[in-house]
Order: sequence, then structure tokens, then C-alpha cells
Amino acid sequence: MEELLNIFTKSIFIDNMIFAYFLGMCSYLAVSKTVETSTGLGIAVIFVLGITVPVNYLIENFILKKGALDWLLGDAAASLDLSFLSFIMFIAVIASMVQLVEMIIEKVSPSLYAALGIFLPLIAVNCAILGGALFMQEREYSSIAEASVFGLGSGIGWFLAVVGIAAIREKLKYSNVPAPMRGLGITFIATGLMGIAFMSFMGIKL
Amino acid sequence: MSLLSPKEVKLLTNPLNIDNPITTQVLGICSALAVTVKLKPAFVLAISVIAVLTIANVVVSLLRNAIPNRIRIIVQLVVIASLVILVDQVLKAYVYDISKQLSVFVGLIITNCIIMGRLEAFALGNKPWPSFLDGLGNGAGYGVILLIVAFFRELFGSGTVWDYPVFENIGLYSIGYVNNGLMILPPMALIVVGIIIWIQRHYSRELIEK
Repeated sequence: MEELLNIFTKSIFIDNMIFAYFLGMCSYLAVSKTVETSTGLGIAVIFVLGITVPVNYLIENFILKKGALDWLLGDAAASLDLSFLSFIMFIAVIASMVQLVEMIIEKVSPSLYAALGIFLPLIAVNCAILGGALFMQEREYSSIAEASVFGLGSGIGWFLAVVGIAAIREKLKYSNVPAPMRGLGITFIATGLMGIAFMSFMGIKL
Repeated sequence: MSLLSPKEVKLLTNPLNIDNPITTQVLGICSALAVTVKLKPAFVLAISVIAVLTIANVVVSLLRNAIPNRIRIIVQLVVIASLVILVDQVLKAYVYDISKQLSVFVGLIITNCIIMGRLEAFALGNKPWPSFLDGLGNGAGYGVILLIVAFFRELFGSGTVWDYPVFENIGLYSIGYVNNGLMILPPMALIVVGIIIWIQRHYSRELIEK
């Protein structure tokens, strides 16, 4: 339990997807003009990361890893290593999960579907989602609970970052920014400063 | 008689300047910034992206009339993912150390928005040869920014250029100079890019946002 809590806080604050690894920057910059849209995309990202990371964890550990197919083929598969296929598997899982999630939300909660709107399909090519799967693979989490907590935590970290920068950008509209810096330039600098602020969480352990 | 028509030259040079994928189109920042602590990994990533982007552009352009519109995204993803797997295996075979340093960022070329963006915006509607040039130009435009950022971060952060100890050799340390540790931290990459955008827009006024 302690370990789970540790992974959770670590993935939100210390290994924050945006400030530490710059993942999902494209949509981060594109939608962060208003707090409202960024909240929508942020929730969608939490949702999709929370689902795809555990699913990819299962695929990695029961199909792709060296010797992972033992449960199906017995000793014959002990030396079988399919991990070079992981990129294509992960992206296929993500693309299809996004599609599936979209259909389920449309059926179950039309109001949430209307709120998330165009953001859901966009998420398939959000680097944060694939990044979550690849980090999960690289860090070799020991159980599916750890992988899910990591996925959820990363999503929440991304959500916090995107809502934060959107609030700053709404305020920045009324500031006197040097002309060549307006828009993109100042957003980069503000993100950098936020990143430095987030670095103060470094080293925190629960 | 020049090798390329003026229009084709534009395809190559525009992305290096006013139509730069990072500073103007705002694409592909995701995987770009985390690898710019040193020049070497940045260079390797830039070359990988140029290779994937150019080949993917040509392949999709060849297939453009055969791809049904509704499933084009997944077709593009499959093309890109297979190319990235190739690049990853090549890197692992020949430059293993750097491939370890790049870690997940090689895989993240798949979702690099530059590649998707160029496939959608260019390769789907153009012949293979212009697509090839467009891929090369945009890949190079991306690589140039990567190298500029990496150059400054490595120079001020570690005092070296391509692992060559510049500051030590000109004797800066002996007169009390200290490396700026802040440059190695990830947020500084954003600030350096912000400054590059500032400088570029100062000279190309038409890019300024209202």
C-alpha cells in the first residue's frame, strides 16, 4: 500500500509528464487557451491513461516479454522474445481503446461525451499516453496495481499542468508582453518556470 | 539548369526558417526537449526523426490513393510504427549507449506530431518526390532547433561541446567560472526554446501573434 501511494505521488509531482518529460506538449499548447477546454482534455487524458496503462501492462507481461508466453505454450516459448513488437502493439491498443472508450461514453453518458467532444479521438496521438505505456515497460512495475496507479497518477499530473497553464494564459491576455513573445513564446517561458517550481517536489518520499 | 525547381527549393528551405515545425507550426515538441541535455543524443534523435519522416512521407504518398479516408489515421500509425521499430533496432545494434540514453524517446517518435502532421497535411495530397523533399525539410527544421537547444544546454550546463571540454581548455574554470546546473534541468529546455522563438519572431515580424 505504501509503495502504491509512493508511485502515485511520484507520478503526479516528481515525474510529471509535462514538466519532467515534456510529453503531450502538442495538445498541451493547443488547448490551453481557456480553462474550460483544458479541463475537458485533462479529464479525458486521466481516463485514457488510467485504462491503457494497465491493459498494456497485461499485454507486455503475458504476450511480449521474454518467456511471457509460457502460460500458453509451455517451455517451448521460454526463449521467445517479442518485445521488439511493443511499439506497434502499444499504439494499436491505445488507438482501439480510445475508440472503445469513446463508444462506451457515448452510450452511457451522452453529457460527458458532449463535454469531451473532439478531445477523445485526439488523445490517440497524444505522446503522454504512449509515453505512459513505454515508461511502464521501462520501469518494470511488479504488479498490475502499481501500473494502474502509475497510469492514473500520470494522468492527474498532466491534468494539473494543463489546467494551471490555461489559468496563467487567461491572465496573460491582459499583460503587456513584448510583441515577439506574445502567444507561444511566453507560454514556453511560463511552462519552464512552472517546471522549476515543480522541481521543488523532487526527493519527496512517502 | 538547377536540380530543383524554385517551388521544390522552397519545400526544403521554408521549414528551416519561417515555417519551422517547432517554432511556428508548434509540432513535435513532445519528444524534442527531453533529449537536448547533450548534443550527441540530440543529433541521433534528429537523424532518426529525419529518416522516419522522409520515408513515411514517401510511403504514405505512394499509398495515398489506396488508403480509405476513414481509417487513414490507423494506416499512418502502422507505417510510422514499423519504421520506428526499424530505427530502434538499428540504434540498438550500432549505438547502444545513446539508444539507452534516449530510452523511451525513440518509441515516442511514433506519436511525434510532426510526422502525423506532415503526413496529414502534405503526403496525403502530394506526389512522392515533393513529399520526400517536404519530409527532408521538416525533419531538418526540427533537427536544427534540437541541435541549437542542445548546443546551449551542453555548453552552459556541462561546459562541453560534443563531449569536448571547451571551457576547461580555455581556462575558464581556473578563473572561477562554475557550470550553470540549472541548464541541465528539464525546464530550461522550454525557456531556451522560448528565447529562440522570441529571437526568430523579432526578425520575422509576420509571425507575431495578435
